[in-house]
Amino acid sequence: MSTVTADTHADAHGEHAHAGGFLKTYVFSLDHKIIGMQFLFSTLIWFFVGGMLALGIRWQLAFPWRPMPILGNLLATAEGGQIAPETYTMLVTMHATVMIFFVIIPILAGAFGNFLIPLMIGAEDMAVPVLNMLSYWFMWPAFIAMGTSFFVEGGASQGGWTAYPPFALTQGDGQFLWLTGLTLVGISSMMGSVNYMTTIIQMRAPGMTMFRLPMTIWAMFITAILQAFALPVLTAAGFMQLADLKLGTGFFIPEGWTTNNNPMASGGGQPLLWQHLFWFYSHPAVYIMILPAMGMVSDILSCFSRKPLFGYKPMVYSISGIAGLGFIVWGHHMFVSGMNPMLGMTFMVSTMMIALPSAIKTFNWLGTMWGGKIQFRTPMLFAISFVSMFIIGGLSGIFMAATPIDIFIHDTYFIVAHFHYVLFSGTAMAVFGAIYFWYPKMFGRMMNDSWGKVHFALTFVLLNCVFFPMHVLGMTGFPRRLADPYHYETFRNLLPLNQFISYCAFALVACQIIFVINFFGSMFFGPRAGRNPWKSNGLEWQAPSPPGHGNFDFQPIIYRGPYEYGSPEVEDDYYPQTQPPPDERNDD
Amino acid sequence: MARRTDVKRFWSLLFLLVPIGGVATFIAAPYYNIYFPKDVSEHGRTIDGLFMFILWLTGIVFVVTELALFYFMWKYDEKSTNQPVKYSHGSHAIELVWTILPAAVLLFIAIYQMEAWAAAKMQPPDMKPVVEVTGRQFNWDFRYPGPDNELYTEDDIVRSDGKLYLPVNEEVLLKITSLDVLHSFFLPNLRLKQDVIPGMEQSMWFKAKETGGYDIVCAELCGWGHYKMKGRVFFLPRDKYDLKLEDMRREQNTMRAELPEEADE
Repeated sequence: MSTVTADTHADAHGEHAHAGGFLKTYVFSLDHKIIGMQFLFSTLIWFFVGGMLALGIRWQLAFPWRPMPILGNLLATAEGGQIAPETYTMLVTMHATVMIFFVIIPILAGAFGNFLIPLMIGAEDMAVPVLNMLSYWFMWPAFIAMGTSFFVEGGASQGGWTAYPPFALTQGDGQFLWLTGLTLVGISSMMGSVNYMTTIIQMRAPGMTMFRLPMTIWAMFITAILQAFALPVLTAAGFMQLADLKLGTGFFIPEGWTTNNNPMASGGGQPLLWQHLFWFYSHPAVYIMILPAMGMVSDILSCFSRKPLFGYKPMVYSISGIAGLGFIVWGHHMFVSGMNPMLGMTFMVSTMMIALPSAIKTFNWLGTMWGGKIQFRTPMLFAISFVSMFIIGGLSGIFMAATPIDIFIHDTYFIVAHFHYVLFSGTAMAVFGAIYFWYPKMFGRMMNDSWGKVHFALTFVLLNCVFFPMHVLGMTGFPRRLADPYHYETFRNLLPLNQFISYCAFALVACQIIFVINFFGSMFFGPRAGRNPWKSNGLEWQAPSPPGHGNFDFQPIIYRGPYEYGSPEVEDDYYPQTQPPPDERNDD
Repeated sequence: MARRTDVKRFWSLLFLLVPIGGVATFIAAPYYNIYFPKDVSEHGRTIDGLFMFILWLTGIVFVVTELALFYFMWKYDEKSTNQPVKYSHGSHAIELVWTILPAAVLLFIAIYQMEAWAAAKMQPPDMKPVVEVTGRQFNWDFRYPGPDNELYTEDDIVRSDGKLYLPVNEEVLLKITSLDVLHSFFLPNLRLKQDVIPGMEQSMWFKAKETGGYDIVCAELCGWGHYKMKGRVFFLPRDKYDLKLEDMRREQNTMRAELPEEADE
């Protein structure tokens, strides 16, 4: 038996197995599952904060300058809970910052990456558990920096989440804390991604070849590579902006530049440089925010269709293709920025081409469902909705990739519709599905399926009511980030539609209460799950629920890929990765 | 058994709402005047046409894929299908088809757009700018070259009331820049947008084909007053335009006379 690979790592972690104490077990834990859970809870709390910030935006767009009940006073704005214009720009900035850097990226890589990678590849833990723990604890200074920035003089950053200089440089301490927080998130992600790569390459169980890895792991692997290569650029750019802000350098400040409240400026720099550096990271970051969701959806779809994943290798190649092309499309954020229009042509072609792997993935998901036996359980509904919504988000991207059209719809609600279809209707729905799917493994109990379906149906209908009309808003040229667009003649008639969107947004946030109650209630009252409640092939479902320290109570040996549903070789409709073939002689 | 079928119907029909609602939104929106703003430029038709071209193309792909999704949910529900699961890992031939076909279409779309892009951003007319636009927190300032047709001379007309006057039915070239932070000079009715950057000069050119006043919008976050960084552009027939320029010049000269110490600045 070739069990050597996993055993060599056993001594390294064996010592932690019996380490006692509440602090060591639940707070400064080295166990990947606890760290994943810590990420999950932290990000869900920030998800709530980000949602509240979004409500502020929606209130202002539906009822401009009218005092906002309850939240208005919390947001520390003008008289009587009215949202002041500077508060509005703060809201759009911090909503995006919180959702991107504190919710989506850490919930995918931090929460699910940590929890799933060792379980799905048959390892006892991450390659470097200490690094893993640090990657979580480096989030805390970032949380504190961003959190306190709301209370410093001038409030949190109003520079937009893209922090374009020179405007961002006119911001005070809020911007300083924003940049600090961003850098710390970067350090955390970097530690995570190095660890994920090492773990996936080095610590797979015997028999777990690269092409027997589930799509979730492939996606996490590619995401980790993307992070590792793109992040240094953002970190460097962040330090450059910090230096411009506090040390009087002029990387992003043009010659002879002044504003009324900021006369420093050594000058000689170039504002566009920031945009190039920022998007060189932040465009790959878009894929960091979607690839793991795609991976998890692939696994859920195959499991509940009771059918092998259609086109496993094309799926792997298209993820890699997205990652590769992801590095050469950043310019499509800058078509009207003033960069050389010749570059617009090349970036248009590369951007069009990156739609291709996404299309291939979509067709393969449809192919997976074709001819299956689909079980409409809650995780499956969320996964199907990911496919349905990603079609919209993917197709609307083509409009903006087309440069002449982008001249008109750039920075309008069309782009707001597009990225919310990808990130909320796509990634967030996939994350909900993943929570329903892996909850039994995390907590050993099932979530309530009926309430899960109610949650799904309401969320699905409402999010479409919120985000779909934004496409037609964008067609009118309705710009984003405008505190009061209605004093423009062109946009005056859009108030009723915005009010409809806002009512739906309030309802959308409210119906998440069902999820919160289900999530916490099931921890105590949910039925016991057992090892494999979904009859899934994945290796993680062979471990106890929840898995103890060291994950597996046997040495997993892998005989096949994770998608052997409905295999003619066995009686059952599933064929776990660890189950030896009926005739051992066939496998040597 | 009936209940089970209902459940199946419910979920697949819920997903059927996506293509129905999506198409309905785009059909209904024009009736509520939620549509492209009135196009008063000569090139705007091209851009709207390209938009509609992609809308039709993606619309068809959208409807077909969403209907396929609906159909698979309807047909392959475990409660109603009694066929065994198709034990298939994919098909090389099908993968090739749905790789090459979209690739060709996407490449075609990209090439199809290039001419309009070049016309809008790469081929400026051979003429002197008729106005210099400067964005600053939170206003659009305009400088006309005056009778000598040269900017930055004694007879320039400088206006900061946010009103821009341009001749109709004539190709015009604008020089645009920023004094402080990034702004974006956005003319929804002319389908034009260009970010302005301090320390950099850009051009914008177009031909308006209708008289009247239209919004100038700032489309790049520039501060607390971003929302009110509003301007208006007025297109006038040539004779009225000349008169207007003359009026503005006279007005400016009177103001200079009233402020003698600043007159020779």
